[in-house]
Amino acid sequence: MLKNRIIPCLDVKNGRVVKGINFVDLKDAGDPVEQAKIYSDGGADEICFLDITASNENRDTIYNVVKETSKKCFVPLTVGGGVRSIDDIYKLLNCGADKVSINTAAVQNPSVVEESSKKFGSQCIVVAIDAKKKGDKWEIFTHGGRKETGINAIEFALKMEKSGAGELLVTSMDKDGTQSGYDIELMKNISENVNIPVIASGGVGTLDHLVDGIKSGASAVLAASIFHYGTYSVNQAKQYLASKDIPVRI
Amino acid sequence: MNVTIVDYNSGNISSVINSFTEVAKGTVNLEVTSDLNKIKSSDKVVLPGQGSFKSCIDALNSINGLIDTLDEFVINKKKPLFGICVGLQMFADVGYEETETKGLGWISGKVSKIDNKNGKYKLPHIGWNQINIVKDSKIFKDVGNNSHMYFVHSYEFIPEDKDLISATTDYSSKIVCSVEKDNIFGTQFHPEKSDKVGLKIISNFINL
Repeated sequence: MLKNRIIPCLDVKNGRVVKGINFVDLKDAGDPVEQAKIYSDGGADEICFLDITASNENRDTIYNVVKETSKKCFVPLTVGGGVRSIDDIYKLLNCGADKVSINTAAVQNPSVVEESSKKFGSQCIVVAIDAKKKGDKWEIFTHGGRKETGINAIEFALKMEKSGAGELLVTSMDKDGTQSGYDIELMKNISENVNIPVIASGGVGTLDHLVDGIKSGASAVLAASIFHYGTYSVNQAKQYLASKDIPVRI
Repeated sequence: MNVTIVDYNSGNISSVINSFTEVAKGTVNLEVTSDLNKIKSSDKVVLPGQGSFKSCIDALNSINGLIDTLDEFVINKKKPLFGICVGLQMFADVGYEETETKGLGWISGKVSKIDNKNGKYKLPHIGWNQINIVKDSKIFKDVGNNSHMYFVHSYEFIPEDKDLISATTDYSSKIVCSVEKDNIFGTQFHPEKSDKVGLKIISNFINL
């Protein structure tokens, strides 16, 4: 049976780990390579690096981080943040990333998703959707949640599936950093509408939130703070999910 | 001993290189190349593969003499080869991803899309799934039945001779995830991304 994945996410800035509250107010807390190794040794099903401020800054540091991590961690490594072009994707894959997540570029230039999934295979193309609730709908935001687009999140998810995305990483901008749980309705709506796996992200504060995320239909749950600040270990999270009859790899 | 990972522009092979480097740790000479002479003179060959069946076959074909060299290595010399993911799928006679494409024909069979039971199963099949070891395989030495392996694929290899299947995994049906035919080994899952138990499989292949 296919297991639900738990994915710790490390927000990286200038080659160092940070974790933002609502994408601002950053705290520096460690070496990403070391952190990733701790997670993979602890049973993480996948590791995610998000180069958070990459859209605006020199991002060459991430290549080195990816290179070093991939020599030490033998679980899948997803890298996102500031990925603009086929060339950026190629460079990250070449450094040892297994998947690349595309956010702003997928909205501005959807052909990047189409071309890259043809060139490298859908298996390594993740489209990151940052969405905010507007009335009874969700709207897409880009540039790390700073820019409004007016695009409907569900319609966009369907379009990305058609364009060749292998997975969708869905983050609720309303919930991110609040530790009050995923936006369950958003996750549910997107996973019901697409036939590719959805990774739920944004808002985890307790282990029950992870359970709710899986129950909403997501194939995987991503969390940063609860793991990063040591509130829970990945193994504790897995044991808890297993106790709630959610299939996980232990 | 010389182990060669065939580098034929089939997408991202860094993880394959990193994992074999980790396992080999200086005890074997690891080459990453498409140089035909180096492949000929190696003791073992690893054939990775990412992207579509067609794109991988096209990539093999674009290197003059590569398929003949691999045929010679596997069929005539009977030296060990390990195919990973699409590397395994290409053993088949034919694949149906994108368009009907002729495979290497080392193991009779076809590669077709996983039946998603009208959307009940999401595709790609991504994540950790347990393997059911149905037959002893040299690459499963000290690998427990029901071990978790990392999968990413939408197509499955269906060999004609079911006796060549060494493991299956459950996703909509019993999907073939490992085959062994004499000197030919292949896994649909990614041992290079399957943590310690995956590295064990790589070590078993290196130590055949």
